[in-house]
Amino acid sequence: MAVTMHIDIVSAESEIFSGTATMMVAPAEMGEVGVAARHAPMITRLKAGEIRILNENDNTEKDFFVSGGILEVQPHVVTVLADTALRADDIDENAALEAKKRAEELLASAKGEQDAEFDYKKAQAELLESVARLQTLKKMRERK
Amino acid sequence: MSGAKEIRTQIKSIQNTQKITKAMEMVAASKMRKAQERMRASRPYASKMREVIGHLANSHPEYRHPYLSERKEVKRVGFIIISSDRGLCGGLNINVFKQAVKEMKVWSEQGAEVDLCTIGKKAGAFFKRLGGGIVAELSDLGDAPALDALIGTVQVMLTAYDEGRIDRLFIVQNQFVNTMTQSPEVMQLLPVVAEDDERLKHHWDYIYEPDAKPVLDGLMMRYVESQVYQGVVENVACEMAARMVAMKSATDNAGDMIDELKLIYNKARQASITQEISEIVSGAAAV
Repeated sequence: MAVTMHIDIVSAESEIFSGTATMMVAPAEMGEVGVAARHAPMITRLKAGEIRILNENDNTEKDFFVSGGILEVQPHVVTVLADTALRADDIDENAALEAKKRAEELLASAKGEQDAEFDYKKAQAELLESVARLQTLKKMRERK
Repeated sequence: MSGAKEIRTQIKSIQNTQKITKAMEMVAASKMRKAQERMRASRPYASKMREVIGHLANSHPEYRHPYLSERKEVKRVGFIIISSDRGLCGGLNINVFKQAVKEMKVWSEQGAEVDLCTIGKKAGAFFKRLGGGIVAELSDLGDAPALDALIGTVQVMLTAYDEGRIDRLFIVQNQFVNTMTQSPEVMQLLPVVAEDDERLKHHWDYIYEPDAKPVLDGLMMRYVESQVYQGVVENVACEMAARMVAMKSATDNAGDMIDELKLIYNKARQASITQEISEIVSGAAAV
């Protein structure tokens, strides 16, 4: 039996996951981080992407999508405070594609006009988020 | 038949009121269910957030965030007071205001001034009348408040804290105990109160990625926002529950009044019939 830790993923709207695992991989701001049980205490910000939770004891793997948030690691408890986290299965690919298209359109039109009020950063964040959503979906398909 | 018509119109008007209160009760009941669900859904986030912040307050960081350290002198305190937008919900808002005023009095006796941030129309109106120093106001959040709407208002208080204009920040809100009970609560938001945890007593610190300051800034802002959001969501559930109970007792009272009036009406009717019969009988006897 590998050592397990408790993992909680919560978003402002709901509790998404609560259970034990031996390993988790999260999209930290500085790059992906893998966290196993007895990891040193750590706090980091998350960017949009996929959280993978592995449990070697019963060989299960779960995927969740987060669009950002904060990861807190304590030796036996890991907490993800997600801005919005959804089950990866729930992601509607069309919606993600549409959001990406909207963001790209906005970016394109902004380049032309240089509109002072246009929120370039926001559009960029939206674009990054939808790209991350699509990647999560793609990976899930390949695995199936 | 004296006053029978008046009694009849009175019964009619009470019946109309009863219909309205009954309808309001049912609307509040269905809204309460939804509000309670929302409250339950967002509770884990708020409590986990409090946990993480509690851990943090127990750590020994290289960078001490201003929200974590107590200020020696308290010259000015900030209150975020959460109320409903609409009335007709029993003593819900008044209970919160009483609690807030009591707390404010304690601080002003210690020589600290008070800044207010009101959420909800009722709090705005009450503290305007009372003459408190309202620095931020927010209302019309609706039954399903969005986190985005709160950010600006919370930011006003956070900036005030950052710039040293206030030295402590409290939140006053209703806590949802159950449908029948809502209790007003005062909670200190800033500086963060550390809960003693024996397991975390040893000297330790987090690894911060990428850097302590931006991570903690982001975390602290989310913390305050999530606590205020939880307060607002909880308050909506409280409002609906209180309104349901208030409207139920109003409906019951209207029912009692109608029964009483009907009794009076029937007595008056019988009295007048008896009188008429006795008049006829005595008239016939006289002939």
